[in-house]
Amino acid sequence: MKIGVFVCHCGSNIEGTVDTAAVAAASREFPGVVFATDTMYACSEPGQDGIIEAIKEHKLDGVVVASCTPRMHEPTFRRTLERAGLNRYLFEMANIREHVSWIGKDREANTNKSADLVRMAAAKLLKNRPLFSKQFPVNKSVMVIGGGVAGIQAALDCANGGLKVVLVEKDTTIGGKMAKLDKTFPTVDCSSCVLGPLMVDVAQHPNIKLHAYSEIEEVNGYVGNFEVSIKKKASYVDWDSCTGCGLCVEKCPSRKATDFFNEKLATTKAINIPFPQAIPKKAKIDANFCMKLQKDKCGVCAKVCPSESIDFSQKDEIITESVGAIVAATGFDLFDWTVYGEYGGGKYPDVITSLQYERMLSASGPSEGHIKRPSDGKEPKNVVFIQCVGSRDKSVDRPYCSGFCCMYTAKQTILTKDHIPDSQSHVFYMDIRSPGKLYDEFTRRAMEEYGANYIRGRVSMIYPQGDKLVVRGADTLMGAQVEVDADLVVLAVGAEAAAGATDLAKKLRISYDNYGFYMEGHPKLKPVETNTAGVYLAGACQGPKDIPASVAQGGAAASKVLGLFSQDMLASDPQVSVVEIKRCIGCGKCIETCPFGAIKEIDFRGMKKADVIETICQGCGICTSTCPQGAVQLQHFTDNQILAEVNAICRF
Amino acid sequence: MPILEGKELRIVGFLCNWCSYGGADTAGVGRFKQPTDLRVIKVPCSGRIDPLFIVKTLMAGADGVLVSGCHPRDCHYSEGNYYARRRLEMLKRFLPIMGIDPKRFDYTWVSASEGQRWQEVVTKFTEQIHELGAAPKIAGAEAEETLKLMEAAL
Ligand code: SF4
Ligand code: SF4
Repeated sequence: MKIGVFVCHCGSNIEGTVDTAAVAAASREFPGVVFATDTMYACSEPGQDGIIEAIKEHKLDGVVVASCTPRMHEPTFRRTLERAGLNRYLFEMANIREHVSWIGKDREANTNKSADLVRMAAAKLLKNRPLFSKQFPVNKSVMVIGGGVAGIQAALDCANGGLKVVLVEKDTTIGGKMAKLDKTFPTVDCSSCVLGPLMVDVAQHPNIKLHAYSEIEEVNGYVGNFEVSIKKKASYVDWDSCTGCGLCVEKCPSRKATDFFNEKLATTKAINIPFPQAIPKKAKIDANFCMKLQKDKCGVCAKVCPSESIDFSQKDEIITESVGAIVAATGFDLFDWTVYGEYGGGKYPDVITSLQYERMLSASGPSEGHIKRPSDGKEPKNVVFIQCVGSRDKSVDRPYCSGFCCMYTAKQTILTKDHIPDSQSHVFYMDIRSPGKLYDEFTRRAMEEYGANYIRGRVSMIYPQGDKLVVRGADTLMGAQVEVDADLVVLAVGAEAAAGATDLAKKLRISYDNYGFYMEGHPKLKPVETNTAGVYLAGACQGPKDIPASVAQGGAAASKVLGLFSQDMLASDPQVSVVEIKRCIGCGKCIETCPFGAIKEIDFRGMKKADVIETICQGCGICTSTCPQGAVQLQHFTDNQILAEVNAICRF
Repeated sequence: MPILEGKELRIVGFLCNWCSYGGADTAGVGRFKQPTDLRVIKVPCSGRIDPLFIVKTLMAGADGVLVSGCHPRDCHYSEGNYYARRRLEMLKRFLPIMGIDPKRFDYTWVSASEGQRWQEVVTKFTEQIHELGAAPKIAGAEAEETLKLMEAAL
């Protein structure tokens, strides 16, 4: 093999601490290398053209690029090789930026190490074989997991693009957090007027199949051909016949059920429909509060239901859907603020969360849009808002900024003034972060036009005094202690990963960060992709996001799916395992260890042998290190290839 | 270019593509300073690492071998790192039999976001190897014999 080596300067990123010309010179001595040069930006157009020219001129049949991490530009350079007529797997990359020039300043040591990495890459490349992907058909339908605004947008965009969409929502209605909001910033337009029509579109779209009150049980398969089993949870109501008339809800005598839609501010009936605009508008029985299911008494709903939809014997049901791509849009949860002892830890009824306040402000909320203190139902005059509750606070393991709390707090101070003109809002804040379009103007309006009193500093303590709460904190701009009498305290709680997000991530085989938010393929280049082909992200499951960002990302995820499905056939990744039939003794160890069930037993001239199902193999290579015979080898990462690298490093 | 006498030793790192290689990248992006001795070999999964690779690497003249994969339960291939853990634990017990100081080998878990952790792991492991100094050469017929035994055992 004739290898060409290209050592990239990456501007001063690499050249600053690595003598790339010396690395190129050293490379010329390595086995197989016939050409080596340094280049300014290997990934740029002139850089890539230079590689193509050199391939033609020196009749190269293998290329090593020493530059950044392969996680960034390996696909780029593989395409370059293809343009020059070489197989894309006759390429290796030496990571001399992230692993060398950026972590050490000693030019001599860096140059040395870089040359070593090139030698390793070249040694491996000598053993590379051209690999060819196979074509397989795609199932052009998509599953969207999560029916919040991001999921709704992704589902509608895919459906409008002509794809069949399966939308899976864990609650009985879609709408997510946005459905609970009264108004949205910075326009103060009503949330349900924006979201409502979209929800209706989902319900009526011929291309969308909605499974509400359902959860993902298992995900099998691969890009283009996923098999997802879904658990449809028992609602004790036959949703095919239920018309959502609400007669059952009206007549149900059990009125103590937790009202999750209203953030537990009120109670609801044991059989209920979360809110009038719910999609699908179907009743569900909360088994914990149903007298029939608990004590075998009552059964009133079954008697009054005109469509005879009540079914107390209903059980969870597992169904399967086949799709070609998956969009995860599972959103976020609110931080459980009761860990903050200094805010009363949940003891004081008049300390509530921002989302509870939002339900209070909403005309369709439990108090019909009247702001009332939970303790005595009185209208508060002095409302204190505390920001960064469970955000930017290392002590509760939430060092990140939740991004939208500054804005919704400003909105809530404005709404407070609108609802109660003689009220006064006080906001304890850390910094105001309002970088979106018209966001800063909006927070300023809250302060200047609506007279919200912004105090920069953390609250150290809240304690009751008479029928008021005293909020004590620091005013760091004044350098003084302040105390504010509050009738009501609203905590701007931050966002955290949705409960169960990590479980779903494992089922989807995608990665998540320390906090349980899903990781995108690359923060800049692949913001809605994951590292698992065919699985995309939308909305706050990836990190805290406001509505515009969630909608934008929902659309972006949909466009990626549509792009993927613009081909009828997909190319498989040929970096899979193959069994060398002569060596295989049919012990079956690889079959047992493969986590994907990608290896099956076959009969080969009367002998038991193993065989890899290419489309299912994910290329982990667990089988390869299991096989006592070395018979099953992961292509592109064979024993010989890895040991060639080892020998290149250890040759002294 | 020979290795820098006195300055550097041969340390080989086997890193899984998804978590630890990403973690090493993150450390680079974060400009977290590290000793330069370690050279990384990328494998798809820690489960791809045959314990014999490590033995062979040490016999080939490496002064230390570090393996790093995704944290248990976070494996991109769902269970590869469990296989890795079992195999590498076994290996640890076998190394002394070969006459290899088990301190020359270690395995750990680093996720793609843990750049800082990668820096600490590399720095600590490199220091440990420098304390041990260059590895004594393992060669000759006897080494071949032990390697065969290991091959059978692992
Ligand atoms: S490489 Fe081997 S163990 Fe991994 S998925 Fe493929 S067949 Fe299964
Ligand atoms: S482990 Fe190796 S020998 Fe055993 S069945 Fe699989 S490929 Fe064949």
